[in-house]
Amino acid sequence: MRFIRQVMVITAKDLRAEMRTKEAINASFAFAIVVLLILSFAFEPTEDTTREISGGLLWIVFLFAGTLILNRSFARELPNDCLDALIAAPVPGAALFLGKGLANFVLIFAVEIVALPVFGIFYNVRWARQFWALILVMVLGTWGLTAIGTVFGALTVNIRLREVMLPLLVYPIMIPILLGAMKLSTELVAGQPISGDLMVWLKLLFGFDIIFTALSLVLMDTVLLG
Amino acid sequence: MSAAAVDCAGVWKFYGDYPALRDISLTVPPGRCLALIGRNGAGKTTLLRMLAGYSKPGRGQVTIFGKSPRETDTRQRIGFIGHGIAVYDELSAIENLRLFARLYGLPDPERSASEWLERTGLERVRDGLVREFSRGMRQRLAVARAFLHGPSLLLLDEPFTALDDRAIAVLQTVLRDALAAGRTVVMSTHQLREAMDLATNVALLNHGRLAFQGERTEEMVKDPGWVYAQYGES
Repeated sequence: MRFIRQVMVITAKDLRAEMRTKEAINASFAFAIVVLLILSFAFEPTEDTTREISGGLLWIVFLFAGTLILNRSFARELPNDCLDALIAAPVPGAALFLGKGLANFVLIFAVEIVALPVFGIFYNVRWARQFWALILVMVLGTWGLTAIGTVFGALTVNIRLREVMLPLLVYPIMIPILLGAMKLSTELVAGQPISGDLMVWLKLLFGFDIIFTALSLVLMDTVLLG
Repeated sequence: MSAAAVDCAGVWKFYGDYPALRDISLTVPPGRCLALIGRNGAGKTTLLRMLAGYSKPGRGQVTIFGKSPRETDTRQRIGFIGHGIAVYDELSAIENLRLFARLYGLPDPERSASEWLERTGLERVRDGLVREFSRGMRQRLAVARAFLHGPSLLLLDEPFTALDDRAIAVLQTVLRDALAAGRTVVMSTHQLREAMDLATNVALLNHGRLAFQGERTEEMVKDPGWVYAQYGES
């Protein structure tokens, strides 16, 4: 019970701090909208073309916008040496990872939920035909990105070029998750249900989420303290 | 026999090839106050951070009440004030203390937080955001944060530096209360007069080596620079 309480306390603290400053969420949201807008000029959004690229386009936007939030997650702990206080507290690294991961997930998912209808408007796409399945894929894909991004955010927090290093380190590792999420999202936006071959991609998303979450839970103490 | 509050046995710490701490063996019994003194770069902060569990010794062993500093039980018993105040600018004073009270699993976080705001004279600004606080107020909040969970061992890294009169008085009062309650204090400091006033033991670090350790004597109280004169570098 104490573990869950600590996770919730850290999540609430991060969300409250973010809601007060709105540094990451505003930047991420604005970035997502601008990228969607610019790409809508680049791709001449007739409906057929858009359907073919919709998954890739959406997840590129989610990834870049999400990185802005992930970069802030541990950087927020640097002023006043707050990370020291968290490490000194009797909080297991796993609770710290989950607490921060959940806060990151909520923020990134909020950006995605706003960006999705904007995508529909800019690209003239009826994206909600498989609404709940698309939400499931977004949840799984976003958690995958969040788990990897949170643990690597802790790893790069003391590096001077962390804004550059975090994407360089995590994007290659995120490729399997992105592939699955892009493939599934493309089909779901086109109105196809998840069945047959698509189930493999869904299982891949589940599998990667479980593996990366488990690894992060185990490794977080080492990542923080060496 | 109860375990020493702090026990360092043959501790070395290397930054690259450079030994920041060299063969430190130091014991602090429970209930004592050790003033850790030394010039800048002598290794005081490195030693305190190791005691707090932020880093591991390159060689040797550190135990706190007989256990590793990284064990959850041990962390529950340590209060640390470092160079940063370790409270969040975006949160209010009461939110900061409530946060740490919950992380330390205190039974009534609200009450503990309010009690420490009162003790540090911050009750009036309890709902004010920390980013709007003066330096002295921030420092007092840092003291409240470190003492909040009733730690058995307080590790304080230059706690009197840049404090105003009021903050110094608050810190001295809570430290005296803590010592009277049998808690152990290890503090590094350059403010020798304040340190000698509180300390029961003194240790001098010189280029990473322990040049002196022993009980505080009358000579040290009369002349706070006495240890430097006797054992420090010329």
